[in-house]
Amino acid sequence: MLTIGQHTFTSRLLLGTGKFSDLDVQAQAVEVSETEVLTFAVRRLNLDQPDEPNFLERLDLSKYKLLPNTAGARTADEAVRIARLARASGLCDMIKVEVIGDDQLILPDPLETVKACEILLAEGFTVLPYISDDYMLAKRLQQIGVHAVMPGASPIGSGRGILNPSMLEWIIADARVPVIVDAGIRSPKDAAYAMELGADAVLLNTAVSGASDPVRMALAMKLAVQAGRLGKEAGMIPVRNYAVASSPVEGMITT
Amino acid sequence: MELMINGKSRSVSPDVRTIEQLLQSLQLGEKRVIVEWNQQILQKEEHGTTMIESGDTLEIVHFVGGG
Repeated sequence: MLTIGQHTFTSRLLLGTGKFSDLDVQAQAVEVSETEVLTFAVRRLNLDQPDEPNFLERLDLSKYKLLPNTAGARTADEAVRIARLARASGLCDMIKVEVIGDDQLILPDPLETVKACEILLAEGFTVLPYISDDYMLAKRLQQIGVHAVMPGASPIGSGRGILNPSMLEWIIADARVPVIVDAGIRSPKDAAYAMELGADAVLLNTAVSGASDPVRMALAMKLAVQAGRLGKEAGMIPVRNYAVASSPVEGMITT
Repeated sequence: MELMINGKSRSVSPDVRTIEQLLQSLQLGEKRVIVEWNQQILQKEEHGTTMIESGDTLEIVHFVGGG
């Protein structure tokens, strides 16, 4: 079981809801992924098109927990405002703290992220900060009491996979809260690798929504997360420099 | 009555007195929306009791797809 604050989940795949081209495809992808946590962004409603279809309206909210993000925030204050708005929906108490400091890499600003987390923790939110793969930052955030840390594998939507597995391993080794590898995942291999490294869960969006067949990719990611987790739990063989024969070395007829 | 909603000025019937009535007039009565009124975030229960006046500034937001 994955426990984040007061919430427990069976699935270890968290799914973003952005950039799906079709709501029916998205609904199917969400269904086959068996995710229990869906991220959302908070945006102004288009008052000229109040009937624009919205994915949230199609969801059976008894089956999913919502994880709104603070995307669009550039400062701690902006993130806090978005988080408060999200909570005022009455639909969730979890918040993905995302304070972006650079447009090209869409990397989170660590100082503003910490500041936002402090305020939101004091207000009783379940706080999940999106951070770069930074061991010390993950440590400091845990010291102030965040409920999970979400280091990026690589920049959002880049599909570059896990750039620094060692850093993720170090973060995971010392973590007292769930480590959710977020962002940059491209292929099932990346998701499985994150889980093999010991991550508690994986959060991805574009890898599924941007795939040629998002429904099949959602299934692939579900299986990859499960496979990686099982592999980690099963205990992998050590890596050696040279071969070790798997057939008996005795009784060979060729001597 | 003139209101500033989502960064744009908008004329609303003077019969609209509360946030709840405003949402209905904008055909948002059934929608899951969140309202910030003059920089104050409102809980849903406050929509029926919060009175609006000309010149008020509102943000009406909702959840959209995002990662």
